[in-house]
Amino acid sequence: MPEATERRPYDQPTEELGPGQTSYTSITDKITSVVLTPHTPIQWFIVVAIGLCFVGLLQIAIAYLLYEGVGIWGLNVPVGWGFAIINFVWWIGIGHAGTLISAVLLLFRQKWRTSINRSAEAMTIFAVLCAGMFPVLHTGRPWLALYWLFPYPNSMAIWPQFRSPLIWDVFAVGTYLTVSLLFWGVGLIPDFATYRDKARNLLTKRIFGFLSLGWRGSAIHWERYEMASLILAGLSTPLVLSVHSVVSFDFAVSIIPGWHTTIFPPYFVAGAIYAGFAMVLTLMLPLRALYGLHDFITDRHLDNMGKVMLVAGMIVGYGYFMEQFMAWYSASIYENFLMDNRMFGPYGGSYWALLTCNIFVPQLLWSKRVRTSPYLIFMVSMFINVGMWLERFIIVVGSMHRDYMPSSWDMYSGTIWDWALYLGTMGFFLLAFFLFVRAWPLIAIHEIRTLLPTGKKH
Amino acid sequence: MAQVFHRSSNWLARFSIIAVIGVTGLLFSILLNINRIDYVSEVGVAIDQPVPFSHKHHVEAIGIDCRYCHTSVEESAFAGIPPVETCMTCHSLIWTEAPNLEPIRTAWRDEKPLQWNRVHDLPDFVYFRHNIHIAKGIGCTSCHGAINEMPLVWVENALNMEWCLDCHRNPEKHIRPRERVFDVHWTPPADQEAQGLQLVEEYDVRVSQLTDCSVCHL
Repeated sequence: MPEATERRPYDQPTEELGPGQTSYTSITDKITSVVLTPHTPIQWFIVVAIGLCFVGLLQIAIAYLLYEGVGIWGLNVPVGWGFAIINFVWWIGIGHAGTLISAVLLLFRQKWRTSINRSAEAMTIFAVLCAGMFPVLHTGRPWLALYWLFPYPNSMAIWPQFRSPLIWDVFAVGTYLTVSLLFWGVGLIPDFATYRDKARNLLTKRIFGFLSLGWRGSAIHWERYEMASLILAGLSTPLVLSVHSVVSFDFAVSIIPGWHTTIFPPYFVAGAIYAGFAMVLTLMLPLRALYGLHDFITDRHLDNMGKVMLVAGMIVGYGYFMEQFMAWYSASIYENFLMDNRMFGPYGGSYWALLTCNIFVPQLLWSKRVRTSPYLIFMVSMFINVGMWLERFIIVVGSMHRDYMPSSWDMYSGTIWDWALYLGTMGFFLLAFFLFVRAWPLIAIHEIRTLLPTGKKH
Repeated sequence: MAQVFHRSSNWLARFSIIAVIGVTGLLFSILLNINRIDYVSEVGVAIDQPVPFSHKHHVEAIGIDCRYCHTSVEESAFAGIPPVETCMTCHSLIWTEAPNLEPIRTAWRDEKPLQWNRVHDLPDFVYFRHNIHIAKGIGCTSCHGAINEMPLVWVENALNMEWCLDCHRNPEKHIRPRERVFDVHWTPPADQEAQGLQLVEEYDVRVSQLTDCSVCHL
């Protein structure tokens, strides 16, 4: 590697690996010890128990929804879209950080990504699964959802409306899930093989042997693996931009004031990356403390992720500003009314809360002390998690509760079932993520080995 | 150290790739085509009736017009199932002792309508109207098949939506002159397409609107 790329500004922490990791063996032992052990930390059981409780709540919420119908949600004219789309967009957005970290940062050769890409990809997949539940459940009859959503040569001789962004959504999210799963799965193969070789009992060997698909670590295997990763990274990269652009079309293509804006696609993508990095930190910091992964997820990582959030947050802030500016510049009374109502109307409080969470508080990230302090950056991430939900609430409900006709104006709030379903998906997310951490390699062992000084020479 | 898997797993691994594709493809094609199978939609299965009324006998042999019994077919959505009084216009005079017709006489005596079994049952969200089809030159046999050949009536066409749309998209293939609508012996002429287009024009059938959702699903 040329000398120049090794040089860094003096004030940046340079370490991608902590001082405790000095050899291939120490890395492999540390990461495999999380899984290949009969000992499970008590905190893991606590988190999984909480996750299971909320999955129970999810099951109740879904069962009652199927029994009673979507009338149990708070939807009514004029607010025909509520929690389901808010939560769908929120979850889909969260997924984007995983793809950005694993694909875009791979292409840009950002070595620091290797410690967090595996778990961020897992987060992506679980977030997309949570997101997918909402459009499927909002149909009220999920067993018919595929039949309504997917274009297939049916005996009705009709197709979904291809000019509608809702069908684009099906393709965007479907592609996203497929490519993310493939990328994640391909990356896991060499690590599964490591687990197979490290495992002591035959059943564990068999399971990981099955999952590693006959990986032997030969040169030809590695060559193909590298090529496959590169192709999948190339496929995933446009998805970082396209998926949330398409999601934003759900709104932007309609003619509702506050939705009908061209700023939506870039502003949604930035928001997705913003929310995603906040969620990565929300998961990673407790995980690092729980398993003592400070050598892998160093201050450098927190610093870098803080910077990404700061940039993404400012693009989102620009989006908010542009919405205001365009409403004024358009001189349309409806747009003007909307913005006035957004700030000082009945939901005005949530708008100011949104600005606090997404714009004001994250300004703390300018300080390096905040970026490298686990507690402070965790706190900022929590603000962003809440803020990004509020943003979608403002967009969805704020635009619809004041219709063109004042006679149809009405207020909206989620019912207990809306909240149960939302909290339930969070429980599912938590449970899935912690099961993944306990059973599968949560850090890409073969990639992180290349960060060692010995690895860099080759 | 012993191998984790037996040699034969190599074969199994390769076979599973083909099997997954094959099984998925098979399931997919079954799901796609299950509605189109006549056995599933019971096409051609004669439905049992309380009285074995034969269209073949009454229409083909005797030559009774459709509207003699199905009185509301020209004015209403529902073609109309005749009351026993209609049967009795003849059967109070002929075949008065036939054991087959006992349910008719009982219904007549007790003034309780006879419960016929439904043959063509559309889903409740489809609002089919007989009158507009009759008025625009769609004949009985175009949908019901050769009713004059059926001893007991069966479903001739599966009533899948693709079948409805086939005509709603290209009505010229099936439209016929109004005066031939009730003619069970009508067959399309050699130049049906050309004649059909002319009739579509003449009867003011707006083809572009025929596939609007609200035409059938109000």
